[in-house]
Amino acid sequence: MTTLPARAGSSASQRTIFLIALSGILWVAAYKLIQPLANWVSYTALRLPRDSRLGESLAFFLYDVPKILLLLSGMIFVISIIRSFFSPERTRALLGGKREGIGNVLAAMLGIVTPFCSCSAVPLFIGFVEAGIPLGVTFSFLIAAPTINEVAIVMLFGLFGLKVAGLYIFSGLTIAILAGWTMGRLRMEEYVEDFVWKVQRTQNALEEKLTWDDRIRQALTSVREILRKVWLYVVIGIAIGAGIHGYVPEAALVSIMGKQAWWSVPAAVLLGIPLYSNAAGMIPIVSALLEKGASLGTALAFMMSVIGLSLPEAVILRRVLKLPLLITFFSIIALAIMLTGFLFNWIL
Amino acid sequence: MLTIKVLGPGCDNCKKLAYLAERAKTHLGIEATIIKVTDYAEIMTYPLLSTPGLVINEKLVASGRIPSEAEITTFLANALEAA
Repeated sequence: MTTLPARAGSSASQRTIFLIALSGILWVAAYKLIQPLANWVSYTALRLPRDSRLGESLAFFLYDVPKILLLLSGMIFVISIIRSFFSPERTRALLGGKREGIGNVLAAMLGIVTPFCSCSAVPLFIGFVEAGIPLGVTFSFLIAAPTINEVAIVMLFGLFGLKVAGLYIFSGLTIAILAGWTMGRLRMEEYVEDFVWKVQRTQNALEEKLTWDDRIRQALTSVREILRKVWLYVVIGIAIGAGIHGYVPEAALVSIMGKQAWWSVPAAVLLGIPLYSNAAGMIPIVSALLEKGASLGTALAFMMSVIGLSLPEAVILRRVLKLPLLITFFSIIALAIMLTGFLFNWIL
Repeated sequence: MLTIKVLGPGCDNCKKLAYLAERAKTHLGIEATIIKVTDYAEIMTYPLLSTPGLVINEKLVASGRIPSEAEITTFLANALEAA
């Protein structure tokens, strides 16, 4: 292993600790203030009647937008700090030599905490294959990493609470384990592009030594990047959600998105495929739909499909997977999503 | 004369790293060629599992993250000393 020369100071400087503590306090204060502020603007400053549709929609919007943006900045910061203790290199070392089955479970769980961006799917895939990690285990990781998405976790937590956020993580894990394990059973090694098997490395893997200041700096960068990418979708999504909240009658959607309509699960999965880049905008809308009688299993299947079945990801993976394997991979994920959708509609 | 390679398929992270490498190079006022490597088969000859990767004189110095400009400057200065 090549080790980088250690940079000065392995623990965070006092100034950094002070700034983090100060931002923490400001964060809590802001979080406590948004509900009264949203109500004050809607009902006192603008004098909208309390039970009016417009007033209700506006108060909902003014509360949810800052709440979600605050939650995103706080929680993404914490998640990024946790993730800085995991690296693809470490994950690969942990998965090496694990049997299928237990390997699939471990790979899916590591998929949540390992930092991953979809442009790294190819080097990661090749690196796993190179280390002799079974194809099915590698797929479990490649499904879990993008599907159990940190922005989605935070938004689900903010808009639905802990139970739904937990269910989302649980169903993501189930899908990743199930689909990866099935892929392993199919023995499709011959459909991996030939160059993958021929990769020859001349140097040893790089072991990065991070200081606390590095971790904090990286976490702040990812908060900034994520907020810059999603804020507009969050605002638009919540605006549409607020409209549905105020204007669509209760139970209007029971017949088409309720538990009784079995076909709503496959329909939700199909509908989710073209909406890949807008997970941040979809979740507030789904939240409003749930309130109007859509069932949770259908809603979860829809969100999983929006996030997990992404066309750009398929285009990237085409570089290492031949078409039959790529199609099988995405079909099995789609099937697994439908199964969990049916499961939740049935048990909840 | 240093050879700096930025490894990555060309997503935002790789572009940002290439930009920072360019700035660090100008900042130090040294002569260096910056090459963007986008071909996966070539990227994978270096020991990285996630992009972007930064290679100076054929040695991988950072992978899976975007080092700060100051850090890249240090990498370059170290490589100059070693050369």
